[in-house]
Parts: sequence; structure tokens; C-alpha cells
Amino acid sequence: MSTNEAALRLEGVRKSFGSVEVLRGVDLDVGEHEVVCLIGASGSGKSTLLRCVNLLERIDAGRIFLLGEEIAHGVDANKVRRRVGIVFQAFNLFPHMTVLRNVTLAPTKALGKHRAEAEAEAMALLERFGLADKRHEYPDRLSGGQQQRVAIVRALAMRPDLMLLDEVTSALDPELVAEVLNVIQELAEAGMTMVIATHEMSFARDTADRVCFLDAGRILEQGPPEEIFTRPREPRTQQFLERIIAAGRL
Amino acid sequence: MSVDAETGRANRRSRILGDLQGGRNIAVAVASTVVFFAVVVLVVVNSAGWPEVRKAFFDRQLFTDSFPEIARAFLLNVRIFCIAEVVILVAALGIAVLRGLPGPVLFPFRLLAVVYTDLFRGIPTILVIYILGFGAPALQLSGVPNSPFFWGVTALVLVYSAYVAEVYRAGIESVHPSQEAAARSLGLSHAKTLRFVIIPQAVRRVIPPLLNDFIGLQKDSALVALIGPIEAFRQSQIDVAATFNYTPYLATALLFLLLTIPLARLTDWLVARDRRRQSAGGAR
Amino acid sequence: MPRSGARVSLAPVRLKLTLLLVAVVLLASVAAGCGGSSKSSASTSSGCSVDSLNLVKSGQLTIGTDNPAFPPWFGGTPPKGSMWKVSDPNSGQGFESAVAYAVAKQLGFKKDNVHWVVVPFDQSFKPGAKNFDFDVNQISFTPARAKSVDFSDSYYDVNQALVGLKGTPITSAKSTADVKKYKLGAQIGTTSYSYIIKNIKPTRQPSVYNTSNDVNSGLKAHQIDGIVVDLPTAFYITAVQIPQATIVGQFPTVGTPEHFGMVLAKGNSLTSCVDKALGSLKSDGTLAKIQKEWLSSKANAPVLK
Repeated sequence: MSTNEAALRLEGVRKSFGSVEVLRGVDLDVGEHEVVCLIGASGSGKSTLLRCVNLLERIDAGRIFLLGEEIAHGVDANKVRRRVGIVFQAFNLFPHMTVLRNVTLAPTKALGKHRAEAEAEAMALLERFGLADKRHEYPDRLSGGQQQRVAIVRALAMRPDLMLLDEVTSALDPELVAEVLNVIQELAEAGMTMVIATHEMSFARDTADRVCFLDAGRILEQGPPEEIFTRPREPRTQQFLERIIAAGRL
Repeated sequence: MSVDAETGRANRRSRILGDLQGGRNIAVAVASTVVFFAVVVLVVVNSAGWPEVRKAFFDRQLFTDSFPEIARAFLLNVRIFCIAEVVILVAALGIAVLRGLPGPVLFPFRLLAVVYTDLFRGIPTILVIYILGFGAPALQLSGVPNSPFFWGVTALVLVYSAYVAEVYRAGIESVHPSQEAAARSLGLSHAKTLRFVIIPQAVRRVIPPLLNDFIGLQKDSALVALIGPIEAFRQSQIDVAATFNYTPYLATALLFLLLTIPLARLTDWLVARDRRRQSAGGAR
Repeated sequence: MPRSGARVSLAPVRLKLTLLLVAVVLLASVAAGCGGSSKSSASTSSGCSVDSLNLVKSGQLTIGTDNPAFPPWFGGTPPKGSMWKVSDPNSGQGFESAVAYAVAKQLGFKKDNVHWVVVPFDQSFKPGAKNFDFDVNQISFTPARAKSVDFSDSYYDVNQALVGLKGTPITSAKSTADVKKYKLGAQIGTTSYSYIIKNIKPTRQPSVYNTSNDVNSGLKAHQIDGIVVDLPTAFYITAVQIPQATIVGQFPTVGTPEHFGMVLAKGNSLTSCVDKALGSLKSDGTLAKIQKEWLSSKANAPVLK
């Protein structure tokens, strides 16, 4: 197996909801330890794409490979999902459980780890991200930023091969966004392979190895962030970036 | 951190203010209640037929005489609804889960659940008790108890499980779909997602209607008397028939109230305690 | 954003209010329930001539009984469209129907002027004005009941009997003591039930049912071993309703024999006139003749000692 084996590969992925075709043939390679940011307008298919990788949605056509293994057809979806971590925009945490239990639930029930072992690992993660003192709190006691950080920790506790982040800061109050972005940055520096759908352009510029612009269900343009943000080739990419700049978000 | 402390202080302040204002309001409320009931009582007591009605419904001696035996019979009601309620809570959850099983292969189970709830919510409880109470023993099924207590409890379980299953279903459907998505994406199976994430939240949300149905069950325990057992209502009915006086019914009513009112307050307390956990952790 | 802590917790306030409410209601009702005698809705006519009788509807004698009306107390087939089931009180057939018409005749009413109304057992003694002049429905006299309504004199002395399914162990019982160990059943409101409690004193709690049909169902379902019921009804059950049942025997009379009486509104002046009528029927042998016609073949069942 070559060391350049893509961590994630999508080939011609298509997905429709009813008569609306959201993904119209997406091709994407993500290398190990690579951080890929997906940008694009709402409705361009960013969330759908991530949910397809995580097998929350079944693709209509195409293939998906995780570390060389095909995952879209004929495999146990639960097993795949244990290797791919995903964090959503909101309503992530389980409100009837403490932070600690939120983090240890899947390791104990899906991976079969012993409670003590799972808790030790969970504590290590929580400490690393400054949430140790919240371990016995219920989610409604945490700020939005803290909740998202716990959600990231919860996904990390499964030791995934790949992390998908779906606009995880879009629902946060502005002053809470930074703490979450810092966590993601740290993960990137530690070498986690990530695909991040985001509106935070400065973050994308600083952290991404590659930026993909999604438009009308296809990756229209992709490249290193400096290239995409300063010298986009496609007119539609340009239009999108102009709108973003006008909105003061770049 | 500082934001939380400030909000905390603000909460404490408004709670104290609230109590002070509450004190004044309580006094007014009590006064107006007393006046209201005084007026009602005066109107009733001075009506033409009052002496006869008073004798027929409020005979103090008969009340004291009949109360002990009715209270003893009430223990049968307690047995009936305690046993029934436990079985109902479990059976109804099973039916609700059946109703939500995904995929075309499991369609027969979903259909079964729908037919079951339609059937047992549609037939009056009295009929179910009669049909099971007198009809089932006639089948002479071996290994099945023949006692009216057994069949009465079974009938109540069948009927109330249908209602409670729908309550559970509403609870399950009210849990935000993102919760299921979050659990499944962690690699938990459908069954484990239901068990650890969805159902615990669903149940907490439907505690008021669950307890509502429980209170209904407590009163319907009296229906078992139709097929023979002497529970509180039947015992009071016996006394009423023996004396041609309705006062024993009052004793039964009181016993039921003594049970259902604390239960209603317990519901309120449980809901208040869980209210804080009902928000699904959206961004603040 | 609202936090649940900011709302004033109303739980303790509502608890206090509820307690107060319950206390007030209880106090009012108990205070109002202090003994005392009721004013009777008495009427003042004296004498029993048909014109001076105190009637619900003048010119007509309104008699009440329950529906269905069962043999041997009521006979005759209800005509099509009639509200009466099983038997028709208007027919004059059946023991109670015959007695009622005989009393009506003594009071001076023609058959056409007798009108029957349905009065469920529970409603025969509810307070307030009655919708009948008298109610005849196998109602036993008890002193407790007589506090709330007027009873006429006896028109029938009641004996209780025991009915069981043929071939079951209870049918071999020879005495009241033999019966103690069985599960018995009776209808609500009948003195059969109090006979069970006071005199038979079984070791297992008896079953009580709303209607006589339900009691029969209980026997057929093997949920009770035996039915305690008045003797004439026992004959009807074994002859018609449950042919697979048999009369085990009749119970001995304990203490003063029970009797059926007609029920009238408390303090009704009509009561004494009905008693006079019954007295005449007894002394001239009419009552005995009616009993012989409708109940006599029913007299012979072994007496349980």
C-alpha cells in the first residue's frame, strides 16, 4: 500500500433528494493529515457531502473510499461511522447526560470499552481542551462554544481516522467562535485528517492545506488557500468571494 | 465565566423579589377563594331541596361507618393499578418502538402496532373488560388464570398500553432528529441510539401526559368490579344499596382524590426539575 | 435569553393553595353534613278514595320497575316497539305484575289507568320528587333503607337459594356450612349479598355484579362456584337462563324473614292506602292465589340446614 494512499476519496458522488439533485458528481481526494476546507454558498451541497461521507445519507451514484476501502456499498454503516467523526452545527450534545457521559457513551456502548478506561481517555481529552472542570455539568450549563468543543472531544474519543466538521461555528455568538477555531487548529497541527465546511474564511486561509469551492453540487475549483482567495480562476468563485468580502467576512 | 455569575446573581434577586410579591398575592388569592366558596356554600345550603340532598349525600354517621371497609377495598384498586401501570409502561414502550421500526422488511411490525393502538383506543374500556372477563375464561385456555382480577388487569393493560404507546410515540418524535444523527454518527446502532439517546429524552418529555394517563388508570381500576371483584367503588355501591343513601360514594370519591391530587403535584415537580434538561443544547 | 431559574417557582404556592382548597371543601361538606332530620315531602290527603289519593299524575296510577323485567316476577311478551325487554309489566302476568294490578284495583283504578315507567334500581331511592307512585322491583325491606323511603307492607316473604352448575362439587352441599368454602356471587343491591356476608360467612370474598345477567356470566365462566339469589329467580335461572345449572337448595330463614315491599316516597300518604289494599288482598285470599299461580311450583327445593 502506497504511503500516498488517500485518506478519503470520492469518485463521481451523486445525491438527490426527491427531484432536487444536490450533488452532481463530486470528485475529491483528501490525503492523510490533510486539512481540506469546503466553501460555497448555502445549498451548494457542503453539508450533504459531509453527511454522505459519514453514511448518514446513502449516495445515489459514485464511490467513496476510506483509507483505500470502499465504504458506500455493502459494508456495515455503524462500523464505518466509528472511524469517521462528524460534528454538526447545533443540537449536538445529549442533554440528558453529563459532559463526561456524552464523551464516554459511544466508546463504551459502540466500542465496548470498559467504563474506567473510557473515562480516563475522555478526561485526557477534556483536559487537553480546557474542559476538565465541566465534566459533571449538563450541556445546558455550557456556553455554545463550550458545547461545540465538547462535541469535538466526543467525536475524538472514538479515535477516528477522519474528522468532518459541518459549519460548527455558524450558530455561535461571535465572541465564542474563536475558542472553537483554536481547537480545530490544534487538531490540524496534531495531524488529524479533516474536511471542514465553513464560512470562516480567515480561518480557512490560515489553517487549510487546500480549499475547495463547491458550486451547484460540484467542486468547481480547488487549490491552496492563497491561490483560491487571491487568484481564483473561475468567475463564479470570484463572485462568491466578492460577496464574502462585501459582507466583511474576509 | 463572568456572564454566568451575573446572570446567577440576577436570578437570585428576582427570586427574592418574586417571593415578596408572591406573599401579597397569596393573601389576596386565599381571601378571594374563601369568599368564593362561602358564597357557593351559602347558595347551596339555602336552596329548597337542600335538607333532603344533605341527608342523602352527607350523612356523617354513615360516612364514618362505611369508610373503613371502603378504605380496605381501596387496597384492591391500589393493587390493580400498581401492577397494571408497571406492565403498561413497558408494553407501551414496546409498541411505540415497533411502530418506529425502519425499513420495508419490518412493515408487518409497524402495521401490527397501528392496528393494536386503533383497536384498543377505539373499543370502550367497559366492553374490553366484559369481553375478556367473561369471554376469555369461556375459551378454557390451559395455563391461563381464570380469575377476574387477572382478566380485569389484563383488559386495563391492553387498553391503556394503546394510549400510552401513542404518548411515547409523540415523545420520541419530538426529540430533535439531530440527536439521532449525532448518535448514529458516533457509530451507535439504531437500537442503542433508541435505548441510550432517544428514549430517555422522549420519556422525560412526556411525563405529564404519562401521569395523566396513570391518573385515568387509577380511576378506571373501579371498572374491574364489573366482573366481580369488590373494590372501593363496588364496596361503596353495596353500602349505598343497603341503606338507600349515597354518602358512601362520597367516601370513595375522597379516597380517589387523596391519591390523585398528590400525584398531580408530583408531576408538576418532576416537570419543573426536568425542564432545564429539555433544551437540546442549541447554541447560546 | 430566558433561563428557567428566572421564573418564580410556583410549586410551593400552588401546593398551599391546593391544600387550602381541599380543606375548605371538606370543611364545608362535613359541617353541612351534621345529622339532622330532613323535611319530608309529605302530602296531606287523608282517606283512600281514588279521587283523594296523592298521585304523581292525577287520575293515573304510575308504577315503576326495572328493565328488563324478568320472570317469574313479570311475564308476557313485550309487543313490537315496546321499551320493555324480556317481559311486559303491562301484561298483568308474572307475580309482581299481578300483585300490582290487584293493588291498583283495590285502590279503585281500572287497568287502563295503570301506567308503567322504567325505574332503574339506583333511581328508586334517589332524593327529590319521584316519577312513580310506587315501585315494585323485588326490593327487600330493611330498617336502614326505610329511613330514606317508605316501604309498603310485605307482599312476599323471601327465601334465598343456591344455584350451581350441574356436576360441580358445590351441588353436593347439604348445609350452609358445606357452602362456606366456595366462591359465591350475588347481584349488587340484593339482600342475597347481605345473606352471604351475615349468614353464610364464606372463607373467600364473594363476587358482586351489576346485573343478574352478569352474575349468570360469572357462573358460566367458572369464576364463581355458586349464585345466591331469591328462590323464585333461582327457578327462572335454572329453567331458562342457565339450563346447565341446578338449584342446590334453599337457605334456611335466619332471624326475621325478609320480605319484599313496594317503595314509595318518604312520608307519602299513599303508603297507608297501599297497605290497606294489601291487607284486603291477604285477608280475602287473592294474594295467596296470585302466589300460587306464579310462584307455587317453585316452592320445592331442598332446604340446606
